[in-house]
Amino acid sequence: MEPVLLRARGIEGSRTLASYRSRGGYDGLRRALELGPEEVTKEVINSELRGRGGAGFPTGRKWTFVPKDHPGPKYLVCNADESEPGTFKDREIIEYDPHLVLEGVAIAAYAIGAHTAYIYIRGEFVRWARILEEAIAEARREGLLGPDVLGSGYALDVWVHRGAGAYICGEETALLESLEGKRGFPRLKPPFPAVVGAFGKPTVVNNVETLACLPSILTRGAAWFASIGRPRNTGPKLFCVSGHVQRPGVYELPLGVTFRDIIYEHCGGIRGGRTLKAFFPGGSSAPVLTAAEVDVKADFDACAEAGTMLGSGGVIVLDDTVDMVEAAANLAHFYAHESCGQCTPCREGSDWTVDILERILAGHGRPEDPETILRICRFASQGMTICPLGDAFALPISSLLKKFRSEFDERIAAATPAPQKKYPVLPWAGPRPGFGR
Amino acid sequence: MSTAPIQAVPPDALQQVTFDPTMEQQIAELLGRYPTSRAALLPVLWLCQDRYGWISPGVVEAVARRLELAPAFVEGVVTFYTMFHTAPPARYVLQVCTTLSCEVCGAGELLAHLKERLGIGPGERTADGTFQIVGVQCLGACGGAPVIQVNDDYYENLDRTRLDALLTELEAAKE
Repeated sequence: MEPVLLRARGIEGSRTLASYRSRGGYDGLRRALELGPEEVTKEVINSELRGRGGAGFPTGRKWTFVPKDHPGPKYLVCNADESEPGTFKDREIIEYDPHLVLEGVAIAAYAIGAHTAYIYIRGEFVRWARILEEAIAEARREGLLGPDVLGSGYALDVWVHRGAGAYICGEETALLESLEGKRGFPRLKPPFPAVVGAFGKPTVVNNVETLACLPSILTRGAAWFASIGRPRNTGPKLFCVSGHVQRPGVYELPLGVTFRDIIYEHCGGIRGGRTLKAFFPGGSSAPVLTAAEVDVKADFDACAEAGTMLGSGGVIVLDDTVDMVEAAANLAHFYAHESCGQCTPCREGSDWTVDILERILAGHGRPEDPETILRICRFASQGMTICPLGDAFALPISSLLKKFRSEFDERIAAATPAPQKKYPVLPWAGPRPGFGR
Repeated sequence: MSTAPIQAVPPDALQQVTFDPTMEQQIAELLGRYPTSRAALLPVLWLCQDRYGWISPGVVEAVARRLELAPAFVEGVVTFYTMFHTAPPARYVLQVCTTLSCEVCGAGELLAHLKERLGIGPGERTADGTFQIVGVQCLGACGGAPVIQVNDDYYENLDRTRLDALLTELEAAKE
């Protein structure tokens, strides 16, 4: 497939406006300004573009939830928090093509009638925040952003807002709280951000990759975009492949490619002559798939049918050396550390799960432990928490338990500590590894 | 390109904080970006951490005063996020990613090597204040696992040899 989102990768000086313009840059925005907001929204709905941040909600439909006659300001927020384990696609777009992101931001902001947009980027991405700021300054100088976008009279200010280290701020309402200068505590929904969002105003939050799809939808048309992939699962998708593959990295492929093709054809298969044991198809919050499920198609609906989700497209590949009890403990640590602490099932459930898994690893597991973890996971999911972090923790952990149950039972029955790893990570990671604390 | 060291202002000099005209100007510019002054809190804290190296209680007071927020509220925000230093950091903060992709690709080996070479583990610092190790959660660079972030910079695809070269470079640059 001819690259759309990563077209600039490998071109020298691709970040500059001149380079972006030589690839037809900002033609999509120009077209949008000619069409008017309603036609732009219609085009995006027709393209069947679904959000690339994890939930896969239809982007155009999300925009239509913004009240049209709202008198005060509205906001467009670009989610560049990129915090789902296994995900590293947005920084790839920003690294090579920051103007592609800005053009997408401008198109979306114009479609919903926002005059201010914020790009919320994770705090660790200092380099990529700087790249975006330089691109914004360049676009302003050239009249592509600012008080009179492309001479149309439409005004748009874009600001970069850096997070400061919190997985939860990738969740859109936590992100809005953080944008407002508060702790990243997710909000109860409804009201949804499209109605009551940033600063109490209608707000659309779209992922970097979602926004980066917009310029080509405008220039090449919804039909062209929808011709990639299959109905309801259209367009190019960035797959971030990490773990035990020969060639990890970001791959742009049409939705609907199989995980077998991603892992074996594009990434060169499993490294070191080992065999595939399992993989997380869409970030660590997506239920695990086993080697036997490698022919599942990598798109929203096929993943849902397989009992998992495409999520952010972060494919974490594990070979046959990986101990699934340890993998579960590693992820439980992550979610226990990142739970914001508002809801008991998530806050306590993730901590208990860590305790139980560590007990099993230490050789003190009890026969009832797997069922206890599964019960904790049931309590933390199914809408028992304000935000989806409860599910994000419960679903992958319970999927590991269900699909690799014998590994847990055998470890418990053996009643001996896990073989000492040559280089242990967990005892050093600690449940709360914060700076200076 | 070598990673710039953090120059942390000593606690004694950060008990009472007054922003100089440059900082005041930067804060005013930041306030112009948002409809509320509270929204400028994270950017202003970043400005302070870049300037002073860390967020002391005196900095919390000064930020609260400037943005008309309660110091307890500012303190609550500072401690919610993992990246604000609430004590003076070492010159180089080695943030070792410990999440799944990095773990299965050798994060443990990097930690073991750091322990051998520097004699410290996560949560500790070298006696001369050059290095500090922190075990962190996913840094969003899993394709380059294992990954260490040093201050603002990412170092990817590390192994013992490359980590050694990095430490040697940082040690040489500190003088």
